[in-house]
Amino acid sequence: MNFQHIVSEIEKIDPEIYERTSERRAAFKNFGHIGTRFALAALPLALGSIFQKAYGQTTTGVIGVLNFALQLEYIESNFYIKGVATPGLIPAGPSLTALTTIRDHENTHVNFLRTAITAAGGTPYTYTASQFDFTAKGAFPDVFTNYNTFLAVAQAFEDTGVRAYKGQAGNLQGTANRSYLTAALNIHSVEARHASHVRMMRAALGAPVKPWITGIVSGIDSRTNGNYIGEDNTVQGGVNITTLSGVNANVTASAATEAFDEPLTKDQVVALVTPFFA
Amino acid sequence: MTNTMNHPDDSVTTIIEPSRKQSRKKFLFNAGRFSLLSVVAVTAACKKSSSNGGLDLGSGDIGILNYAYALEQLEAAFYIKVMASPYSSMPAAEASYLTDIRDHEVAHREFFKAALGSNAISALEVNFSTIDFTSRTSVLATAKAFEDLGVTAYNGAGQLLQSADYLLLAGKIVSVEARHAALIRDLISPGSFADNTALDANASDMARSPADVLAIAGAYITTKIDASHLPS
Repeated sequence: MNFQHIVSEIEKIDPEIYERTSERRAAFKNFGHIGTRFALAALPLALGSIFQKAYGQTTTGVIGVLNFALQLEYIESNFYIKGVATPGLIPAGPSLTALTTIRDHENTHVNFLRTAITAAGGTPYTYTASQFDFTAKGAFPDVFTNYNTFLAVAQAFEDTGVRAYKGQAGNLQGTANRSYLTAALNIHSVEARHASHVRMMRAALGAPVKPWITGIVSGIDSRTNGNYIGEDNTVQGGVNITTLSGVNANVTASAATEAFDEPLTKDQVVALVTPFFA
Repeated sequence: MTNTMNHPDDSVTTIIEPSRKQSRKKFLFNAGRFSLLSVVAVTAACKKSSSNGGLDLGSGDIGILNYAYALEQLEAAFYIKVMASPYSSMPAAEASYLTDIRDHEVAHREFFKAALGSNAISALEVNFSTIDFTSRTSVLATAKAFEDLGVTAYNGAGQLLQSADYLLLAGKIVSVEARHAALIRDLISPGSFADNTALDANASDMARSPADVLAIAGAYITTKIDASHLPS
């Protein structure tokens, strides 16, 4: 898509575009000079923001949603930063490589969301390492000394991240917010990829989990019950999935719950992550 | 780059001439709600596409649900065939995972069929002639392609849905497709669950328009599909 062309087309449709966006004129003119892949990928968000300002469409709520997402990404990012940097915690080799990859993704999500929030005219939250307590007030006292505990908390964070983004999708609906919704969905599915891999890492160590969530089984213990509440839902859009035809018989309850991930509300997520703040 | 923007795949004619299910009055009403981006997309970057005489997915949310139903039909048919004739020496763990995935895709397919009711498109005819079902490499490569494609398809479809309920349902399914994609990738090459062949520089999955997705999936679908009335 040619952004210069779009801008010139807007000028034809709406000659007053620059009056509407006087302070942003420079930004329009500068699009052609943006060269980095990161900037290009962030551009739709900046562009959407300009249109919203120009045409009076509101970003009310959007910044709040993005900052909520940013908060979760900060938690994950700081968790993996500390885990990867803790000597003797993560076995060298594929495990360390994978968790380093995930750490880098979460860092990138933090930076991406900060850029998007700023472009939308908001102020991104900022957190530093000292603001987190990954023992969750003592619930996971060995999180950085016991690899199994570390992976269990990682799984809970990833699965909960998926649920949190899903729960916010509806708050990003509407024409003005399309680019934000898509950006959020594109992160949402990456969190699911992480969850899948972390679950496989745990399965390799004997945890009774699969890459997908079966019922409310976490393979952890009651400390994460809240993270999996509602995942045993088998009715979707009014359709009871277990009454549908499967390959040989009806879809099983396990498959019905695995095939659909469930959302969490913001309040639910906040309650779950609050103990992880110092 | 265009992944997070509107996709200017609908033609001027599609929008100016109300589709068969949309009266001119309704069109004028809806036109007032078009975003600037839509107007720009239509004005600036149009290419022709119109009804091709194929199976019509329909318009609006129904069209998007039929589009998802079509993709789930494809995936379900593939995994049913994979497990009906497993490649030689398929390890038990792989058989278990691929059976689970098959059952998830069948659940998705049947869900859309039930949810769409009388609006559902008919069963698609698929063409897997390019897949060697006796080869682990061929089967897993196809599975990876389908799962990654499914992720980009749902991510791209989200912004096209009007109903918050349908958006949530799409969200419930896309993360499961992403879990599948990550597993299949790890089966092919451990640690490739979210590498830079799937993700962009923002560590984000990508989003594809229905037209782009169907152009790729079409290699495996014999039935001609008409996606020209889908929202954009």
